[in-house]
Amino acid sequence: MELLLILLLGIMYAAGVYLILRRSMIKLLLGIMMMGNGTNILIFVMGSITKGKPPVINTNHNIFQDIYADPIPQALILTAIVISFALSAFAIVLLKRAYALLQKDDLDDLNTPEEEDI
Amino acid sequence: MLLTVILGLFSALLMLPFGNKIKTRWSVLLTFVPAIIFIYYLQYVPAVSTGTIYTQILPWVPSMDINFAFRLDGLSLLFALLISGIGTAIFLYAIKYLKGHPYFDRFFGYLCLFMAAMLGVVLSDNIFSLFIFWELTSISSFFLIGFNNDSDESRKSALRALTVTGMGGFFLLAGLTLLGNIAGTYQISDLVAARDLIIGHKLYPLILALICLGAFTKSAQFPFHFWLPGAMKAPTPVSAYLHSATMVKAGIYLLARFNPVLGQTELWSYTLMIVGGFTMIFAAFHALFRLDLKGILAYSTISALGVLTFLIGLGTKEAIIAVVVFILVHALYKATLFMVTGIIDHETGTRDISKLAGLRKIMPWVAVAGGLAALSSAGLPLTFGFIGKDLIYAATLEGGGTISVILTSLAVATNIALVAAGFMAGLKPFFGALPDSLKDTHRPYAALWIPPLILGALGLIAGILPGITGSYFSLQAADAVFGGNTDLHLALWHGVNTVLILSLATLGTGTLVYLANKPNPKKLKALERLNVISPQYFFDLIGQGLLKLSQGYTNVVHNGYLRSYHLKIILFAEALLAYKLWLSGPIQLDWSSLTALSIYEVAVVLILIGAVGIVLSTPYLLTAVVAMTVVGYCICLMFVFYSAPDLAMTQFTIDTLTTVLFVLVLYKLPPFLKLESSTRRYRDIAVAMSFGVILSLIALKVMNEPIDKSISQFYGENAYLLAKGKNVVNVILVDFRGIDTMFETVVLSIAAIGVYSLLKLRLKSSEKE
Repeated sequence: MELLLILLLGIMYAAGVYLILRRSMIKLLLGIMMMGNGTNILIFVMGSITKGKPPVINTNHNIFQDIYADPIPQALILTAIVISFALSAFAIVLLKRAYALLQKDDLDDLNTPEEEDI
Repeated sequence: MLLTVILGLFSALLMLPFGNKIKTRWSVLLTFVPAIIFIYYLQYVPAVSTGTIYTQILPWVPSMDINFAFRLDGLSLLFALLISGIGTAIFLYAIKYLKGHPYFDRFFGYLCLFMAAMLGVVLSDNIFSLFIFWELTSISSFFLIGFNNDSDESRKSALRALTVTGMGGFFLLAGLTLLGNIAGTYQISDLVAARDLIIGHKLYPLILALICLGAFTKSAQFPFHFWLPGAMKAPTPVSAYLHSATMVKAGIYLLARFNPVLGQTELWSYTLMIVGGFTMIFAAFHALFRLDLKGILAYSTISALGVLTFLIGLGTKEAIIAVVVFILVHALYKATLFMVTGIIDHETGTRDISKLAGLRKIMPWVAVAGGLAALSSAGLPLTFGFIGKDLIYAATLEGGGTISVILTSLAVATNIALVAAGFMAGLKPFFGALPDSLKDTHRPYAALWIPPLILGALGLIAGILPGITGSYFSLQAADAVFGGNTDLHLALWHGVNTVLILSLATLGTGTLVYLANKPNPKKLKALERLNVISPQYFFDLIGQGLLKLSQGYTNVVHNGYLRSYHLKIILFAEALLAYKLWLSGPIQLDWSSLTALSIYEVAVVLILIGAVGIVLSTPYLLTAVVAMTVVGYCICLMFVFYSAPDLAMTQFTIDTLTTVLFVLVLYKLPPFLKLESSTRRYRDIAVAMSFGVILSLIALKVMNEPIDKSISQFYGENAYLLAKGKNVVNVILVDFRGIDTMFETVVLSIAAIGVYSLLKLRLKSSEKE
């Protein structure tokens, strides 16, 4: 399964890179989200995956009795997911604003020199 | 001592609030700044002349041996007196000269700053404080030279001066730091003790080269001399100050100060004698062809600096005495000549010596000042210049043999040209018949001609009373430079000997050259044809080349297209990662450690890959967003399979929210445009694929690395015992790393505020196209 996940994260990174090399602003955002997801999987795999053993202590005990999944990568990924949501939410409204001004989904139009009053 | 430096800096600062006040009749107050400093240092003269040395240390970064250490010995005192004394004259003169100038206050601000920096240079006893003040002189002289900021030439000259001296300062810092590291102290006065260690060290030639570069750039030695004539674009008081006693003498001061530490080796002597010797002859010859009064003075200054460098290189007792005396001689007459030139320029509006004549009738006192300075520079008996010239010849003659004949003839040739140049600048404008065009010239103010007259007269007094001048001002300075006892004793009359004959011969020949030499534009033009091989030409060429290079670089790298930036960053990262991967050797896989596959996992992965394909290929925004959501949900399922319930929940919520936001906000957007050519597409696909492959390979490699589980174990064991929580991931987030999570919440709220305000913002009518 690890190999499959590694293949998957390779594909997601490749897709993300391809998307951020486009001219479209939306694709840029999608690319960033894609790479973010790929990174989450990367961290997940690196922390060695464990099947069906969540890091939750049994109700009857105070410490673990069994092996359990590594909690640290999970904590890291959880933070990453939330922060990337903050980023994409802000980016989405920013894109809307840019679109309202430019009427075009083209990054090159954002290059307008400063003296031109948009 | 520290107070005098601070006084200068503080006065410069005072120009900010009181600048407007100082423009009016309060301007005379300015003169008190250098005058107070001058008087302060005068009171040290009796004590220092008997060999007392004053020190003052203000710790700054004591752990690194960086201190504001000040030390007042004979050499420092001589320079401090020159800086403040001539400074007083210049201040008095400039107040009248620049009266009514819109930037009057700014000018004096720079001038005070410059004076303070110069004092700092000559008083510093710590390498780093010396360097800081050294750089400060470069910067403040940049402002002074470029003071006429509406003139293109003036700005260019200022920049050129700053580049050359700044570059020199850079080398100087390197040289001084090396020196300090070898000697194990940054205290300049302690370096002398480590002399043998330094001279024997294998880095000695490098240190010598670096420090010489610093000194030569500052003191305008060939091939760095060209900034000095350019600096003549500054107002004349600035030229008078910078080029007589201060800025350019800083390099000489440095060489003199380090003579006991680095000097008297073959390398040192040859470097200084060759550079100085060439500079003095080259510049003296150039001076004869100038038409501009300030041009003559500029080249004769370079020549005089060459003489000083040459003499320090010679390094004998006589040569060092000559250096110390000639510094004083030159400062006195050169400042006077510059101020005289300034008066002529101010009153007649021209500095072309072929047009100036007969001005003695209109400005007799100025003529006296100019005459005194010219005679002192020519070395007429009874003037201080005579003694200076005597000492130079005595120094070159001292060794005997062929070498001393060559050196003496070099010195004689230079001095002949300098005599003629001095006469051209100091006498020519005042003699002959007054041309009609100058008949209406009005008389200069007394405040303009008094300072040069005083300095000129001082040259005469010092010449008549050489014993006093020598014992009070020069003896200790010469000892400090020589690093031993020089037994300096100045006298007017040594009897009839070779030196006297040479001196008189120089004077006579110089006068003849002056009478015979009629500079005219034709000769100047002929000389300018040689500019193609001048250092300045190459310097400008390098400057233009650099400019083009940076422009080209900017156009290629910073072309303003985001995706091109991305491409460069990714390509660079790929190259770096691939190189590292290649270095680290083959990948080994431990098949037994892998988890088994199950059919539903494979199905989820296939769906995910399909969704990624749709995101990449669909022309519709909404389809892309939905496919992206599918990607998110699939990852969510992975989390469920591999024991991360919290992640699954979060991923699910966040993905849903993102999609809702996307659809709500962006539903109006049109399909994606097909903007790019297919070649570019294939290039991007190749770049993206290789990036994915590299990342996968890295992940494979990391799989084999052993993982340190001790931190996880700590959290696992203590989650309940310490934090009373059974879900370890939750406990980590809200308890063990609670503050991190708190700030994460802050980030989220900021994003939320941003989203809200952007959504509320209505388009202004002007913004609608």
